[in-house]
Amino acid sequence: MTDPLLKLSHLNKSFGALKATDDVSLTLMPGEIHALIGPNGAGKSTLIKQIAGGLRSDSGTVEFAGRDVTALGTVPRARAGLGRTFQISSLAMEYTVLQNTVLGALGHDGGVMRFFRPVMKDRRLVDRGMAALERVGLTDQAAKRTADLSHGQRRLLEVAVALTLEPKVFLMDEPMAGLGASGSKRLTGFLDALRVQAPILLVEHDMDAVFALADRISVLVYGRVIATGTADEIKRDPTVREAYLGAEDAA
Amino acid sequence: MSMILLIEQVLNGLQFGVMLFLMAAGLTLIFGVMGLINLAHGSLYMVGAFAAAAVAGWTGSFALALVAALAAAAAAGALIELLVIRRLYDRDHLDQVLATFALILIFSEGTRWLFGSFPLFLDVPAALAGPIMLPGGILYPLYRLVIIGVGLLVAAGVFWLIAKTRIGIQIRAGEADREMIAALGIDISRLYTMVFALGAALAGLAGALVGAIQSVQVGMGEPVLILAFVVIVIGGIGSIKGALVGSILVGLTDTLGGVLLPPLFGTFMQASSATSVGSAVASMSIYILMVGVLLFKPSGLFGGK
Amino acid sequence: MTRETLLNIVLFAILPATALVAFALDEPFIITLATKAAILALAGVGLNIALGLGGLVSLGHAAFFGLGGYAMGILASHAQSYTPLMETPFLIEGTKSMLVIWGVAIVTSALAALAIGALSLRTTGVYFIMITLAFGQMLYYFAISWPAYGGEDGLSIYVRNEFPGLNTLDPIQFFAIAFGILAIVLFGAGRLAKARFGLALSAARQNAERVETVGLTPFRLRLVAFVISGAVTGLAGALFADLNRFVSPTMFSWHTSGEIMVFVILGGVGRLFGPVAGAALYILLEHTLGGLSEFWHVYLGLLLLLVVLFARGGLIGTIAGREVAHD
Repeated sequence: MTDPLLKLSHLNKSFGALKATDDVSLTLMPGEIHALIGPNGAGKSTLIKQIAGGLRSDSGTVEFAGRDVTALGTVPRARAGLGRTFQISSLAMEYTVLQNTVLGALGHDGGVMRFFRPVMKDRRLVDRGMAALERVGLTDQAAKRTADLSHGQRRLLEVAVALTLEPKVFLMDEPMAGLGASGSKRLTGFLDALRVQAPILLVEHDMDAVFALADRISVLVYGRVIATGTADEIKRDPTVREAYLGAEDAA
Repeated sequence: MSMILLIEQVLNGLQFGVMLFLMAAGLTLIFGVMGLINLAHGSLYMVGAFAAAAVAGWTGSFALALVAALAAAAAAGALIELLVIRRLYDRDHLDQVLATFALILIFSEGTRWLFGSFPLFLDVPAALAGPIMLPGGILYPLYRLVIIGVGLLVAAGVFWLIAKTRIGIQIRAGEADREMIAALGIDISRLYTMVFALGAALAGLAGALVGAIQSVQVGMGEPVLILAFVVIVIGGIGSIKGALVGSILVGLTDTLGGVLLPPLFGTFMQASSATSVGSAVASMSIYILMVGVLLFKPSGLFGGK
Repeated sequence: MTRETLLNIVLFAILPATALVAFALDEPFIITLATKAAILALAGVGLNIALGLGGLVSLGHAAFFGLGGYAMGILASHAQSYTPLMETPFLIEGTKSMLVIWGVAIVTSALAALAIGALSLRTTGVYFIMITLAFGQMLYYFAISWPAYGGEDGLSIYVRNEFPGLNTLDPIQFFAIAFGILAIVLFGAGRLAKARFGLALSAARQNAERVETVGLTPFRLRLVAFVISGAVTGLAGALFADLNRFVSPTMFSWHTSGEIMVFVILGGVGRLFGPVAGAALYILLEHTLGGLSEFWHVYLGLLLLLVVLFARGGLIGTIAGREVAHD
């Protein structure tokens, strides 16, 4: 059996009396899409921050490619190969679309303390940025100002920036949100192929996409993982039915 | 150094501290409630001092002068809030800095226009002039002691206002959540004007009280403003308690540093260079204090955010 | 060619054109004004690297301007009195060489910016503004209370410092030096803005979280920007002191910080030529309004207020329109 690329062990996080993350353990295996679902307020956002490094856990460990990264912040985790996309688009809005992916390429390349050569004439970085845009279908928008993109296009740009990082693991927070039916279908096809490049921990509300894509699904309720399994196992799981549909319907 | 001198200096430091508090309290309230950095707060201090000096000149009454200082500063505060400041709440800090810097230029030159470049004098009222004998045989100017008392009284009043009154509840609610208090039907722009005018009145009062010990002149508010910023950085932005603790710390450090450091340096340096090095270091002492606090608590002693 | 490029060329040409016309008409005072504008623009270009590109609202750049000024004042005063700066542990003598003075000014202000930046950049927003202001003020009071170099009265230097091959006391030649430096620094700042560093720094201003997520540290980017910014402003301070042949604690005062910021804003924040436009406009106002009324700061204040409230792009923004993202 291969080792997991991402392994969370007994993560906890409380805000005062509220337990936002309650003893969460899960793994992400090479080549898989592991979906994380749960009702609103289940603690998905908190967990993502704990994985990405923006929020320190009260206890538990995060291992990344066999290395304990619990004590590290956002930047070293990104450098270690974690490619994150945000639920609410987090882009450099004054920049062009291409500049955003070039920024990603620059982050991957390092060597940021260079002060003289125009970065947008750096073939290597620009090619990498363009390649990422092409993969998500934003080539035509490359010269557009990011603030002028539609909501759905920004979601795609988020994914494109993550691609330029050539991460070992993708951590995607609701990439389908606001895409519309055809857009989300297209992205579903894209993510399906992407898992070969690197596994994806996918937080998503679009259940069609989740059931179509996920090798495994974990259900988070009140900060706890109440079930982990394949799509069919999750659909049949009584505790999941109860959490989502309420006790009456489950009965 | 004699004990008497030391106690005297501690009292001077306290007096300086409570005056700083009057400035810092307004600044920190305005920042906490409206999210605004107001460089022109020092101008309101100046307005208070000039109003007091002018009224004292006409009427000879110190009490009327104080009333005039409060009224003039509050009016000036309300006026600039209505005309300029309220357009800045949604702007970034850079715009706030620049617009309030512009207000300083206008206030300072406008005052120079009205009153000329020569300093005015505001006399300590006769009843409070002269020294008083403190327990232990210390002679201390009565007026300064009164300032300490007034400052502490106002501080208590501000704490009471924030903690116990309706407007205080609104202020605290406004700090926590603007939309919420608007949803509760509170007229938020009126609340903002009131908070701003209140802060302005406190600054004007400080200007008038200090104006009687120092000269009343254009630009007098700026050094105090910057010290008030240091106070806020030390105490934590938005915290009245922090403003009080910070003010006293800064007041004491500044006063005692100037007295204690030169002789301290004298213990291991030549007397002549000890005086210059000591006074140079003393002039930086409050900033060193600020750096020290920052290193350990980047958001100030009582800063939550 | 975009409207802004055209405007930049005009702005770039204004100062030397003014100086040359004044030279032809034998109006040395006008040349000196153009020189002053060039030097203040240089200070603004320095601040603009931190403020425009990095979004760092520093209200303490007078610290670097003053350090540059005192680097000149201290070195030149020792040279004019033939006393060494320091004898133990090794001998340091004063100098009248501009090149050496500039080097010292740049290094001193860069080191100060490193220290001040390392402390201030731990904070953001209003704290950053207040702390940079406080550090500037700290040096101001230090300069006042340190008696060795004139204290409150400042230091006069009787003869302008030397530059190889030029007569620096001739106004047009000194203008050439100041403008030459401005041109070089503008070129460098323009390249920096478009280079890898500029892309990342400006991204950190727009969205720090994004920059972290691609594996870059905003703090490091900002600190380096602050150091470069301080060094340029320090160099401007040394030139300013040489222009006046005088340094005083006023160079450290927070009004100086505010004025440097005003140059940047009047011209247009984040625009390469913004400080040039702003400084030229400032000098122009000072000498037209200043001639009309001794209280011209009231008008300056009103103008600044109007620009902040209603014309946020400054002079260049108003004329050239919204900035187009460069590619």
